[in-house]
Amino acid sequence: MAVLELRGITKRFGAIEALRGVDLRLEAGEVLGLMGDNGAGKSTLVKIIAGNFPPTTGEIRIDGEAQHFTKPVDARERGIEVVYQDLALCDNLTAAANIFLGREMKRGFGPLRLLDYPSMYARAASLFGELKSETRPRDLVKMMSGGQRQAVAIARTRLTDSKFVLMDEPTAAISVRQVAEVLALIRRLKDQGVGIILISHRMPDVFEVCDHVLVMRRGLPVAEKPIADTSPEEVTGLITGAIHAA
Amino acid sequence: MAKSTPTRPANPSGGIDIEEVTGLRERGLAGVLFASQPFWITVALAVLCVLMAYVAPAFASLDNFYNITRNFAFIGVMALGMTAVIITGGIDLSIGSIMGLVGIVLGLLLEAGWPWYVAVSAGLVAGMAAGAINGYLIAYLRLAPFVVTLGMLSIARSAAIVLSGNRMIYDFGPGADAVYWIGGGSILGISNPVWVLVVGALVFGFIFNATAWGRYLYAIGGNERAAGLTGVPVARIKLQVYVVSGLTAAIAGILITGWQGSAINALGVGYELRVIASTVIGGTNLMGGEGGAYGAFIGAALIELIRNALLMAGVDSNWQGAFVGLFIILAVLLERLRGQRGG
Repeated sequence: MAVLELRGITKRFGAIEALRGVDLRLEAGEVLGLMGDNGAGKSTLVKIIAGNFPPTTGEIRIDGEAQHFTKPVDARERGIEVVYQDLALCDNLTAAANIFLGREMKRGFGPLRLLDYPSMYARAASLFGELKSETRPRDLVKMMSGGQRQAVAIARTRLTDSKFVLMDEPTAAISVRQVAEVLALIRRLKDQGVGIILISHRMPDVFEVCDHVLVMRRGLPVAEKPIADTSPEEVTGLITGAIHAA
Repeated sequence: MAKSTPTRPANPSGGIDIEEVTGLRERGLAGVLFASQPFWITVALAVLCVLMAYVAPAFASLDNFYNITRNFAFIGVMALGMTAVIITGGIDLSIGSIMGLVGIVLGLLLEAGWPWYVAVSAGLVAGMAAGAINGYLIAYLRLAPFVVTLGMLSIARSAAIVLSGNRMIYDFGPGADAVYWIGGGSILGISNPVWVLVVGALVFGFIFNATAWGRYLYAIGGNERAAGLTGVPVARIKLQVYVVSGLTAAIAGILITGWQGSAINALGVGYELRVIASTVIGGTNLMGGEGGAYGAFIGAALIELIRNALLMAGVDSNWQGAFVGLFIILAVLLERLRGQRGG
């Protein structure tokens, strides 16, 4: 069964039709690269999946169940975890505090529900361990490298047993060594059976970790192919419109 | 636990276990202490005390200690609420006026013969209501905190003047003794406002560090959008934090009215700036996301101590403002230097 399924998603902003019918299917443990030029509708699609606003028409299904989100927290409660382009981290807090932000572990009862620091540090450490990332739960995020910040944002998606992660340009603004770290993190998630949509402009990254690639142009998916059956040249052609469809 | 950052192995998976790395702390206790502004302000405070005790023996008397602590307690209590507001990246300019309004509400009810607990409760409610109006406008209508609370500064002061008929209220009726004691009394040789400050600082310190609500204040100040995306109820917490600030202003207003034994509508004029100065000296970052209860306490203490030391040393009292201003600027400079070292 597909962990995420989109059926006939459209979105209109007044006279502008940002999405004109998107169908998409993602299986567990599959990495789907979502590519397209600026204005192709990637951001709109991301925002619909993440629950920022509902589609005009169409349906989002998770594990076969239709969903209706009104805000991002709804989407997360239904198992949609998002790594935002800017990572949405609080620099002034520790790695552990960021991972648990909005869903802190507490102990005690009644009105006296206190933060359970030891459990949160331990859980954060084990999440970083699973991701094989040498990030320390007690470090402030503002002291961290780009790769470690990515690890914090990705570890946050592993708090629940969510089967789907949406990653928006995770390798856009980091160094070469850090890109390698992030791609390794994506592979670990895949090995754990997580379905991933990777939005990226970087062709090498998509060809390195993705199983399929979906190319969008002017609000429509123009091609979906197994990565083995295509080439960077073909994908570039599809993005720009030099190749009409495939 | 290691005190310093370990050297990074060339190969992330070789040489050292992930578990060893993830278990490390960024800095040891000493490192945390030396990087903390309240620590250095405490050192400055201690140096100033020793120096003054040497120069002016009267400084080290119990009487003077009693006076100094009581004087900064009023400011310190408000600085706790202000710290919470500033951590979220906001500001509350209305607290001096809220204090004045609360004093008048308290005085009028006492004058009308109500028991002390009714008058005190009404004062607290008045302060929280003014804070709630601030908070609603800031959190839900997304108006700038500076402008909203500047408006409330004017409105609350005006309300105090109108309600009081622009007169001093000194006939506190049957509740007088209780209210005099609340603000002017002492327990175990320490004045009541100081007890309120100490208990308040402990409560706020606890909230800031041990509760999710406290954690959310820092998250909102650090990255409000991220806090919202991760499910922090940003608007509700911002509303609540201005209610808390109104409450601490009301508590200070009640204490000071009881201590003075009369209510005047000019009570608290200019206090907001002294309170903000205290929080900044105590290491609270005006950009949000950083600050603490002990900082509010120690910042208020330092300002009062400078004032007292200048008096004791026989310096013209008109110089006080210059010295307090100097310390505010030094505090911000210190923060900048710490920031550069910490990266």
